Amino acid sequence: MIETWVAAFLTLCVFSFLYKDNPFYRFAEHLFVGSAAGYLLAVQWQNVLLPNVWTPLARGRDLIVLIPLLLGFMMLARAWSKGAGIARWSIAFYVGIYSGVAIPGYMQAQIFAQLADAAKPWPAGWAAVNSALVLVGFLTVLAYFFFSAPHTGVHGAGARVGIYFLMVAFGASFGYTVMARVSLLIARVQFLLRDWLHVLPSP
Amino acid sequence: MAWVRKLLSIDRRIIFLLVAAGVVLPLLFPLNLPVTLTPRVKAAFDAIDALPPGSKVLLSMDFEPDIMAELMPMSVAILRHCFRKRLQVIAMTLYPAGTGLGERALTTAAKAEGAVRNRDYAWLGYKSGFQVVMIGIGENLRGMYPVDFYGTPLDSIPVTRGVNSYRQTAMVINVSGSSGTDYWIQFAQGRFHAPLVVGCTAVMATDYYPYLSSRQILGLIGGLKGAAEYERLIDDFGDARRGMDAQSLVHLIIVMLVIVGNAALFISKRAGDAGGPAAGSMTR
Repeated sequence: MIETWVAAFLTLCVFSFLYKDNPFYRFAEHLFVGSAAGYLLAVQWQNVLLPNVWTPLARGRDLIVLIPLLLGFMMLARAWSKGAGIARWSIAFYVGIYSGVAIPGYMQAQIFAQLADAAKPWPAGWAAVNSALVLVGFLTVLAYFFFSAPHTGVHGAGARVGIYFLMVAFGASFGYTVMARVSLLIARVQFLLRDWLHVLPSP
Repeated sequence: MAWVRKLLSIDRRIIFLLVAAGVVLPLLFPLNLPVTLTPRVKAAFDAIDALPPGSKVLLSMDFEPDIMAELMPMSVAILRHCFRKRLQVIAMTLYPAGTGLGERALTTAAKAEGAVRNRDYAWLGYKSGFQVVMIGIGENLRGMYPVDFYGTPLDSIPVTRGVNSYRQTAMVINVSGSSGTDYWIQFAQGRFHAPLVVGCTAVMATDYYPYLSSRQILGLIGGLKGAAEYERLIDDFGDARRGMDAQSLVHLIIVMLVIVGNAALFISKRAGDAGGPAAGSMTR
């Protein structure tokens, strides 16, 4: 009951910004930042540091966890100007590991699999039209982003067609973005009308 | 062209009021507009529906409160479908603030379908490290999650007993509001060949169409509309379907405003109004 009233009050505080900036909005904003930071810290402690560092050290005497712990502390050395060099060791380790993990996965899933799909034989019927559109879009958008030659002649014509494909893609993304933002508003209004004011039936 | 200038100088708060009315009125007085099905959502439903009872499904609910409006109804609908089909769900999240939300989605769906924790589903909770966690699950689930969210060892939970990696699961479902979905495609599907179904926010949906065509994902549920379609497929009338009338009306208002605003600007330019719109205009 109390939490519903608190949530409703904070929702209205945030909505008040639509009229103009005001102390209620800033209060809700600061409260959100502070409580989110505190919550995240508690979850990181409970779900990361405690099971991955503290418990293996305290119960299992697993000294190997001291290595990532040390690398983590070395990252914090950036807080001091003289410690930036120490932090780079951790960052280099992290970048190396991340690159090794990410690059093969990215190449396989985002480049090779997509290229294979673009080059596969077209299906029969109307689905072939879709496949043809995908192929034309793929080639013309690539032509638009090829800047090593002037956009003239056949290359220029292809690039211009590519712009239309890009515009359609941007339009679809914008439409979806509007839908997403309206969804957030709908959920808040559902909360106010149902959980707080009880003018809508419960699910 | 005084009326055009007046129109272009309209206070943006009037537009806010119009949008607010477009949301509130259909919620109070439902129009019951039909929710049409799209092949993407139907494909996701069919993929899950085709799994035999008792199959284990790994569901990662990677979202936080900022996008729960879209992804919470979606998660609940998917979970209800899984529980109705007697699939065993192993649920997790890769976002710290997703712990409470994932647990809420599970308890809501379990209450509606009569599912029981540990018998029908397990809640593993949050683990940091995105790609590391995905690769870790592919090699040894217990290396990532030795215990569930409540501290119970996985071997003591019927749902997770015998599950060591993606190989023992029939499907991975990712409900996400971030690029974490890319990593699920790269690692769970690409590297470990797990069948993958994706639910995402509307903003992200177009980014994942190419993966449907290449069959890297089996189905795609996008935004509140996708969630509403899924609710229709499982014959439920949840938050997503309740919100679709408001969604449609606000879209109509926005389309009208875009048309009127552009027409007014066009007329204003044709009339040689070089002054442009005044302060507080729609184009600001």
